[in-house]
Amino acid sequence: MSAMATASMQRRLRPPTTLLGWIGVAILGVLAVLAILFVVRFWDGLIQLGEWFIFFAATRPYIILGFAVPIGFGALCGVMCERSGVVNIGIEGMMLTAAFVGFLFGAYLHEPLGHVPAAIVGVGFAILAATLLSTLHAWLAITVKADQIISGTVINILALGGTAYFNQLLVSTAGVSGARTLPRNVLSLPPEVYQVPVIGPVLNAVFGQGPIQMGLIFAVIFLQVMLFRSRWGLRTRAVGEHPKAADTVGIDVIRVRYRNVILGGVFAGLAGAYLTLESVGSFQDGMTAGIGFIALAAMIFGRWSPIGAFIAALIFGAARTLGQAVQISAPPGELGQAIASWPAQWFGMFPYILTIIVLAGVVGRAVAPAADGIPYDKESRS
Amino acid sequence: MADDPRQTPSPEPSPPPGSSPGITRVPDAHTLIEDAVTFAGAGGTTIDPSVAARAVAPALEMRGITKRFPGVIANDSIDIEVHPGEIHALLGENGAGKTTLMNILYGLIGPDEGEILLDGEPVTITGPADAIARGIGMVHQHFMLVPVFSVAENIVLGNETMGTGPLLDAKAAEERIHTLAEQFGFQIDPAAKVGDLSVGLQQRIEILKALYRGARVLILDEPTAVLTPQETREIFGVLRRLAAEGTSIVFISHKLYEVLEIADRITVIRRGRVVGQADPKTATEEDLAEMMVGREVSLVVDKTPASPGDVVLDVTGLTVTDDRGTVVVNDCSFQVRAGEILGIAGVAGNGQDELVEALTGLRRTRAGRATLSGTEVNNRSARELSGRGLAYIPGDRQRYGLVLPYPVEDNLILTRYHQQPFSRFGVVDAGAISRNAAERIPEFDIRTPSGTVPASTLSGGNQQKIIVAREFSRPIVLLLADQPTRGLDVGSIEFIHKQIVAKRDAGAAVLLVSAELDEVLELADRIGIMYRGRLVATLDAAGAEKEKVGLIMATGDAGESGERARVQA
Amino acid sequence: MTSETGPGQGGMSLNPTSLLGTDRGLGRQFTSTVVAILLGLIVGALLIWLSSALSEDGFQLDLPLAAYLSLLQGSLGNERGWANTFNAATPLILTGLSVAFGFRAGLFNIGAQGQFFLGAFGAAILGTTVGIPFPLHVIWTLVGGFLFGAFWGFIPGLLKAWRGAHEVVVTIMLNSVAALSLNWLAGVVFRDPAATFPRTSDVEGSALLPILLEGTRMHAGILIAVGAALAVWFLLFKTTLGFEIRTVGANPSAARYAGIRPARITVLTMSLAGGLAGTAGAIEILGITKNYPAEYNTTYGFDGIAVALLGRAHPFGVVGAALLFAVLRAGSGAMQRETGIPVDIISIVQGAIILFVAAEMVIRRFLPGGRRATGGAAAAPSAA
Repeated sequence: MSAMATASMQRRLRPPTTLLGWIGVAILGVLAVLAILFVVRFWDGLIQLGEWFIFFAATRPYIILGFAVPIGFGALCGVMCERSGVVNIGIEGMMLTAAFVGFLFGAYLHEPLGHVPAAIVGVGFAILAATLLSTLHAWLAITVKADQIISGTVINILALGGTAYFNQLLVSTAGVSGARTLPRNVLSLPPEVYQVPVIGPVLNAVFGQGPIQMGLIFAVIFLQVMLFRSRWGLRTRAVGEHPKAADTVGIDVIRVRYRNVILGGVFAGLAGAYLTLESVGSFQDGMTAGIGFIALAAMIFGRWSPIGAFIAALIFGAARTLGQAVQISAPPGELGQAIASWPAQWFGMFPYILTIIVLAGVVGRAVAPAADGIPYDKESRS
Repeated sequence: MADDPRQTPSPEPSPPPGSSPGITRVPDAHTLIEDAVTFAGAGGTTIDPSVAARAVAPALEMRGITKRFPGVIANDSIDIEVHPGEIHALLGENGAGKTTLMNILYGLIGPDEGEILLDGEPVTITGPADAIARGIGMVHQHFMLVPVFSVAENIVLGNETMGTGPLLDAKAAEERIHTLAEQFGFQIDPAAKVGDLSVGLQQRIEILKALYRGARVLILDEPTAVLTPQETREIFGVLRRLAAEGTSIVFISHKLYEVLEIADRITVIRRGRVVGQADPKTATEEDLAEMMVGREVSLVVDKTPASPGDVVLDVTGLTVTDDRGTVVVNDCSFQVRAGEILGIAGVAGNGQDELVEALTGLRRTRAGRATLSGTEVNNRSARELSGRGLAYIPGDRQRYGLVLPYPVEDNLILTRYHQQPFSRFGVVDAGAISRNAAERIPEFDIRTPSGTVPASTLSGGNQQKIIVAREFSRPIVLLLADQPTRGLDVGSIEFIHKQIVAKRDAGAAVLLVSAELDEVLELADRIGIMYRGRLVATLDAAGAEKEKVGLIMATGDAGESGERARVQA
Repeated sequence: MTSETGPGQGGMSLNPTSLLGTDRGLGRQFTSTVVAILLGLIVGALLIWLSSALSEDGFQLDLPLAAYLSLLQGSLGNERGWANTFNAATPLILTGLSVAFGFRAGLFNIGAQGQFFLGAFGAAILGTTVGIPFPLHVIWTLVGGFLFGAFWGFIPGLLKAWRGAHEVVVTIMLNSVAALSLNWLAGVVFRDPAATFPRTSDVEGSALLPILLEGTRMHAGILIAVGAALAVWFLLFKTTLGFEIRTVGANPSAARYAGIRPARITVLTMSLAGGLAGTAGAIEILGITKNYPAEYNTTYGFDGIAVALLGRAHPFGVVGAALLFAVLRAGSGAMQRETGIPVDIISIVQGAIILFVAAEMVIRRFLPGGRRATGGAAAAPSAA
């Protein structure tokens, strides 16, 4: 009984049985040999390059963190949903909508209200917008019991079209200029703190940037503790693993799922708000560009735990950073020159390729919560 | 007493001719009160105190419970009462309505009519939380335990001990569990992961869960379905102890001998109605079976002795691993001859599933071989095996045997769609498929409006008949039947058993794998007992004693005395 | 007896037949589809009213009607409109088939977008070969586009079959990888030096699709698309391979027992689906753009998902849904010109239609007999 259900999802490595399989293995083998040769030949250069990047990252960790913030918040949204048993691939759409709504309010209101208050209002509405979408997803997934991937896709389609439409209608034609971003250094730590070696840049990355970026660290810690040490977390995980068991001890599975999915929208909203109100300051159609899906990969990579997702987000952020790093400070050595000559698109591809590698399970298995994606049917007789 | 408000007019009980002692038709507590009154009234005899006491305050009473689902009345005006400290068995076959009744009691669903009384007080149970609060605990047929959680987490779920703020207090929970467990003689480790524990242990945890919440009425739904006879005896000990301490126990089962052993009283349900009560001291299995099914049921299949021919399936040294790489079939060897049924008994999880998968081409073997009529068949494809005359009735019919959304006619050719006449040169012949269906449906008594309805609309028994029809419609050399009658009604069980015996008589070799020891004892000519991946004993069915078989199933010790057979808890 | 203490598969699994309601009668499916379309149009009307209220001209009650009428006029009112409609329908049919085909095997092919680009690029390159005469060149280029797209579908299929990597996220990642790498290839490596913006060279005349209607841009792609729909229909419902594909989609475990190898079907299905989307891209190049621009950003691949959902993953439904969306698309330009409504509203209408398709399943669940038809532990009397 156990065999086939698990076999079809994640398979252990087995010797191939077909010709095609052997060809695949042969190709992989050749690639592996080439990779080994490459590493051996360019060992020194690689070390140099590594040092360069680490130095870069250490002195400017805010760049990595900056990329990691939307991924991280998106991943937290995913964790909230999937730990409760609801698959959410609409994070992308929620983020995009939040980004647009936040920008809209921030841009329209910065005249009457002033920059910072307008931005704050924008964040509030961004969260609201994302939460509305997550409520829709919750309704479709939990009550309607539609397939959760289709539900998420619908949200993505609606978000893409909706933001483009309203962008055209309300922003571009109305001639509204960019919103200002949320201020840095909200905690007002003196700038000397950031000059301290090693710790200083890290503190800068955490406290010296905008409030949303700061909020990510706290959100991760808070969620990690709550998920594994609190009553809410225990019940949530039970609902995601074995909802029938939770039901029979009196836990309201439907309510738990609704609450968590809707709250997950808050995180997606923060991610979107960050993009337009803390990072870029303007909105472009489709600006999320797949971040929502990278967030899903980060969640899987992080084994559905908040801290794991955060670390994964940092790694993905680092992948994206590489492209920027090359432009800001020239990497050393012949390898460095080679890399510097790479077209920008290659760097852009890193996070996506890294995600695929993660999903292919090269970096270990990933087991989702057992009831993930299965709508809960109270009257089902099993 | 005549003005007792709880009295409702009861129907005149009329014992049918030839009813055996100990069986009363349609009694209820109110008749008992009447009896007591009659006793008292007629000649000044004192009221029999036990009668009066029993009639006064049942711990649990369900009156006139009716529940309808689309197309079926699951519970039809059911009356049942349980006294404090009583073990009351609810007996009925699959589909009789027992679980529905208990789901109503537990608040998972609401009754359409009727009322529930606890200690004489009418209550409305709004949900499981409410039921738990009122002292009703339920141990479900399929365990409601989260495999990745620890024992402690599972027990406290929904009833957590809180520490500071929203955080849990794990230590306090573990202490409480320890205390409770000792009180009832359990041995458990609160930190162990439930998924790693044996089935018997998991069940104890389920009971502990209920006790932790102060259950005074404990409902057990088919508790012994997954236990060996030894584990069953242990659980019975636990139950008797609980009952002695005042817990009322409702024991749902369809197993006649168990019910006779453990229960103080038995209520028999059939097709949603109470058909009668039984006194275990005087009733026999035949009586109970008749009440359950409503007609004379022969508990033993009519079967001529086998005349085995040549060896058809020869398994030598077969070793198979599961998905995680653990060896679960370990150097297993046995033979099945034409014209005989070899029944493999064993507690679920001793490698039977993987053995069956290996023999049907669905799982690779690591070592050893299996030959079918002399040809080596391990590690061949399922398709090739079926071409060589292997027929397979899968254990989980809805997952492996049928494509539920497909029409019946497509399911009937599911394994032969690629062959003529159903397809030629890669193109499917719809006409041939429907002609085939038109023949098979009457031949195998498949109750379905037509061949084009989805298989999902058929009952379990008829779904199984589709599989049987499909597998039996070609020459069979070896029939592999895995849990062939799980979850079926008695009529379908009879049908399938007859078909299997017929195939045996027609010369096929039959390998029967079943977790229902009764089925194996009934059908098999020879019995093999599977323990930790190998066949540790093979006996002739004719002389086999159930207890002995159960012992070997639990310990893997063939031919040792009972002293050594102590199950590690 | 193994007691199932927990639910089975977990993760994102798809059962197309119960999911898309294809196990119910065609009549019921049709009515619910029509209802969803109407509701989507109503949502569009609401938005139009909203935008008119916000505009300088003030609120106009008849604006939605006028907008829709001008849309229909634009797409079906004249020869050019018809041409645009059929031209728009062609890639939609093919990408819709691509996604629908995947659905049937239980696979969610969101990668139609990337596969489309691969096929388009492949056609753009192969089409520039000089010296191959007319019909052969077109065929050769289309086949090439199919193969390029099939390759891009093969990768996620292989990863899923071999490593269990879920195709949803993998294909989405591959979409971005495709866009970025083709951006570079078309803008740098294969760039046409004489072009004003980064793109590949124009394909040879011998590779262009013939025009069907004189004086318009309507090309023969529509014939290929409809032909593909027929071919897919035949494959799925009349051949043993189609039986295997549908069985894997409906119940992979039973399929294994029936002798089908789900891994093989997965890879094959994703490859074919990729090929269909790739053909869509190739036709776009050979019929419309005639080269591959580095910043190529059509959404046909993405729209294919909506088409497949609306068409209930059935080839003929896909054709119908594609035509509907094509009408909306082709006429949106005229609508914007004449009434000032931005064309993006069509995306919202599409999204709303899909939303209502997804939501109509709630009606299904509560209708009598609805639960039985969805399979699972359905038949009530057999349970205790």
